[in-house]
Amino acid sequence: MRFSKLLPVGLAAVGILLLSGCGTKNKQNAVTAVGSTAMQPLVQKAGSDFQNQHKQYTITVQGGGSGTGLSQAETGAVNIGNSDIFAEQKDGIHANKLQDHKVAVVGIAPVANEENGVKNLTEQQLAAIFTGKIKNWKEVGGKDLPIIVINRSQGSGTRKTFEANVLKGKQPVKSQEQDSNGTVKKIVQNTPGTISYLSLPYLNKQIKTLSVDGVEPTPANITTNKWKIWSYEHMYTAKKPSKATREFVNYLLSKPVQSKLVKEAGYVSVHDMKVHMTSDNRVLPGNQ
Amino acid sequence: MNNIQKRLVKPSAATRQDRRGRIISFVCVTFIMVLTVAIIGFIAIRGLSTFTENHISVWDFLTKSDWNPGQVGTNGKPEVGALAMIVASFAVTLLAALFATPFAVAVAVYMTELAPKKGARMLQPVIELLVGIPSVVYGFVGLVVIVPAIRTVFGGTGFGVLAGAIVLFVMILPTITSLTIDSLKQVPDYYRNASLALGATRWQTIYKVILRAALPGIMTAVVFGMARAFGEALAVQMVIGNAAIVPTNLVSPTSTLTSQLTSQMGDTIMGTLPNNALWSLALVLLLMSVIFNVLVKIIGKRGELTK
Repeated sequence: MRFSKLLPVGLAAVGILLLSGCGTKNKQNAVTAVGSTAMQPLVQKAGSDFQNQHKQYTITVQGGGSGTGLSQAETGAVNIGNSDIFAEQKDGIHANKLQDHKVAVVGIAPVANEENGVKNLTEQQLAAIFTGKIKNWKEVGGKDLPIIVINRSQGSGTRKTFEANVLKGKQPVKSQEQDSNGTVKKIVQNTPGTISYLSLPYLNKQIKTLSVDGVEPTPANITTNKWKIWSYEHMYTAKKPSKATREFVNYLLSKPVQSKLVKEAGYVSVHDMKVHMTSDNRVLPGNQ
Repeated sequence: MNNIQKRLVKPSAATRQDRRGRIISFVCVTFIMVLTVAIIGFIAIRGLSTFTENHISVWDFLTKSDWNPGQVGTNGKPEVGALAMIVASFAVTLLAALFATPFAVAVAVYMTELAPKKGARMLQPVIELLVGIPSVVYGFVGLVVIVPAIRTVFGGTGFGVLAGAIVLFVMILPTITSLTIDSLKQVPDYYRNASLALGATRWQTIYKVILRAALPGIMTAVVFGMARAFGEALAVQMVIGNAAIVPTNLVSPTSTLTSQLTSQMGDTIMGTLPNNALWSLALVLLLMSVIFNVLVKIIGKRGELTK
């Protein structure tokens, strides 16, 4: 008896939840941004700042990966799809349905465990390590220690950028894969012999960053393409985004946000770039 | 007179209540059944489209170990070989069950036969606590404690089947233990009394009578534990290394079906081959859970016959 009384209440509750879920979607003042976990901290911070200034808007930020962001934005399930890579580079996405907004630039740097004894690699050495041709640190001037490659998951935006710039189409060695920057950091920090790569916002003093051909992964080097491993952080919207969406994207591109929040979060402002990259990975002079 | 007749012919309040209850439970049962069928149907359609739409051969999927569905391989076809994941999933599951069963049986025997009162008071909260810990915590402990420990003892990176099995051992221990306790409690007391009356010692009674009588129940418990181990994703993903390589030893990094699913689902697009291939992995998981369920049923039937 008690069960049969509780049941309608439970059903009603589920119904209300479902209805309210549909309700928020129709609200013109709500913006949902989903996708790249690398972008999540930046968008989240910008979102809460934006909400404080514009009380009428609600910004919801979620992770899920670049692929999720792109496909959800394409189907219109979310207002903004955050992605580390160009929509053109993702199979199964119709890039012409989406509007690209490049809101920041992120550098990616190879990182290695402290005990390997190597600070600098040449581009060829780096490629040879990640294709499995160099297997011991002593071959590149380090200790006699086997190299353990930690890759990011297949389909990860960071991995795609790294492989496009370093491997240039060569087959990567079969290796461990981790799906988050945080886990990669933890493993490389604790395991002798490991090498991997992280996006710059995740770097700190605890982990050793390698320079390539003597160039350090600094923001200044990225703006001139002296440091070659970088990508845009894209926000993809529909061709005709809602007013709230447009305003939020413009807010992210505004001078105060670009010169302060973007830099503090470890990214490079798109305003500072002296080169630009096309969707087929060509780097051309001039900020488009 | 007429009024009374009417009242007698009409269903009483209690009958109406009865009917209402029956309708509600019927609706719920139908809903659950539709839901189950829909889920199985959905996974099957998605999972099979790797073979029907993308024309990957089922044999290649089950026997090859090159996992690269996003790229075209050397033979001009995308590489969709799930052998590494299937082998690793079985390896961690079996090893975890192998580790956990002796402990679970020992604890259960202690709690039901040796020191029922004291044992239950001491161990019950411990078991319940183990169930309540979220799997991400197990994974994290595995990552910072077990993986480095294995690395120092056995070498390599420490990531691999052994680390996964150790984490799963702790996670499935409560499942196997509590189900074993249930089956030991179901052994009727006259078995114990008869055995003792024949002059058997306590150990002989436990070993030769009680454990034998409860064997089907214990086996069911182990299968349930294995089903849980097979489906566990997060904790295993953190310690297995996630490399799509068939494990050659217990400390070489590999990848399970679930760890591959959780780490890649977010980065693939619905309808493309990399996404379909992941659904195929999910289909293998689903089939395995069906097999585990059937196994439990068969063992249960065997148990009935011997009693």
